Amino acid sequence: MILTELAKLVRRPRTWVLVALLCALPTVVAVFVAVQEIAPRPGTGPAFLSAVLDSGTLFPAAALAIVLPLFLPVAVAVVAGESVAGEAQAGTLRYLLLRPVGRTRLLVAKLVSTLAFTLLSVSFVALTAYAVGVALFGSAEVSSVSGTEFSTADATVRIVLTVLYVGWSMLGVASVALFLSTLTDSPLVAALGAVGVLVASTLLVTLEAAAAVQPYLPTRYWLAFIDLYRDPVLTRDLLRGVGLQAVYIGVFLAAAWANFTTKDVTS
Amino acid sequence: MIRTTALVKRYGGFTAVDGVELDVRAGDRYGFLGPNGSGKTTTVRMLLGLVLPTSGSVEVLGSTRPRSVLPRVGAMVEGPAAYGHLSGRANLRLSDAAGPGGSRRTRAARVDAVLEQVGLAGAGRKRVADYSLGMRQRLGLASALLRGPELLVLDEPTNGLDPQGIREFRDLLLALNAQGTTVFLSSHLLAEVEALCTRVGVLDRGRLVAQDALSVLQAPTGRTEVRTPDVDLARTLLARRLEHVDGDRLLVRADDPAALNAHLVEGGVRVRALAPERHTLEDTVLSLTTASSDRE
Repeated sequence: MILTELAKLVRRPRTWVLVALLCALPTVVAVFVAVQEIAPRPGTGPAFLSAVLDSGTLFPAAALAIVLPLFLPVAVAVVAGESVAGEAQAGTLRYLLLRPVGRTRLLVAKLVSTLAFTLLSVSFVALTAYAVGVALFGSAEVSSVSGTEFSTADATVRIVLTVLYVGWSMLGVASVALFLSTLTDSPLVAALGAVGVLVASTLLVTLEAAAAVQPYLPTRYWLAFIDLYRDPVLTRDLLRGVGLQAVYIGVFLAAAWANFTTKDVTS
Repeated sequence: MIRTTALVKRYGGFTAVDGVELDVRAGDRYGFLGPNGSGKTTTVRMLLGLVLPTSGSVEVLGSTRPRSVLPRVGAMVEGPAAYGHLSGRANLRLSDAAGPGGSRRTRAARVDAVLEQVGLAGAGRKRVADYSLGMRQRLGLASALLRGPELLVLDEPTNGLDPQGIREFRDLLLALNAQGTTVFLSSHLLAEVEALCTRVGVLDRGRLVAQDALSVLQAPTGRTEVRTPDVDLARTLLARRLEHVDGDRLLVRADDPAALNAHLVEGGVRVRALAPERHTLEDTVLSLTTASSDRE
């Protein structure tokens, strides 16, 4: 079942359109920066972009910082929100269940395929960004946010860790969207619902008056992967981010499972 | 094959299915009739474990947990569905791969066999998005037949088929039934059920109002229909046994057509046609179900 879900994901044109769009945005940004040779001043604009003019090796991190606030979570929410509700809307859900595919198995397969999409898109963004970055800005030794030098190998390890951290954060988004996807027969409602949660969270993170709830907001530690580029790595926010996402993932996956396995399928 | 006991499904305050006791036996071609909105589809969904009953029990192929016997059931519920961007063959392969059992090596052969069976062999490569409604219907049936089921549950399977397609579909079901497949077909089309089924259940507003062999529901009425050019002569000969005259068509109170025929011919009445009048399934069903205007 998991294999058939992956096959469906890979054979679906939409998957590749989303991946291409995700890769296109950082590329456009890189081209502008390279042509104008004006990077945002440190502290303004997307993270790392100011450092990119010195070395393209760091561009994958900058690219992820560019797509992370909005593009990537929206893509993940679309795919996860569509997973069950899309089958329901197309009428194929009942035929899958009649095949029969167990409801828990179906949910796991959908989660795995969403996860595969997340890793696929994050990796593609990182790889494209690396290629674009090196081509446009060269691959000089890079310095950390703290000022020390990274070797290329060291930078690669940090980028792999970044991909994993971002992937884990996106799994949190996927869990919320998957839960909503089991509630409704409309993929649009599920995806928009998840995006709504993220927008609300992003807003509250910037609101000082909401400081009391900020540590629990899903988007609070998303950009903590920047700490991976400090020397030594600042692990406090990273670990909190991983833990917080684990709670979101656990709660929403459990809710999705409880709802889906006991639900009347009337689509 | 299928037995339900006091099956009830409530949605909020609305009772969609109310105490249904289905009895489908092995080898039946069972027609499940009822007007739109009578609860047919909800009942079918409960038989297949898609919808959980509010109360009562379902027993399918000897199991009270429908989900556990689904590998032996082929089903089509509320129209076919497939992934439009894939071909018919790719859809069937995915569907086959999703289910348990079934060797991977024989998958292509299985898929080709059912495509052939439903008359889609030539269109297997085409994208489903480009299929006509009738072709999608055939594809849905092909998917139901993939694993050679013992029981076929078909909900409104001939929607969108042309007369030729309906005929082929009926022949296919008859052939499968002759090989031992039990067929449960829900429909609001009386003619379809009349032409195919051996047993009939009639659902009205969630209640099963009749369940019997088709021959019982089509029992003779005790009258005989006669066609003759000698209407006046027949009128005097039959006197008060004649119930109705309509042109050259007479309705005679007589339950033995042979005796009536002899009587008419002896009296010099030329008989063009003569047959016992039967209850039509339509009359039976309409007398049992509520007029559509009375339904909510």
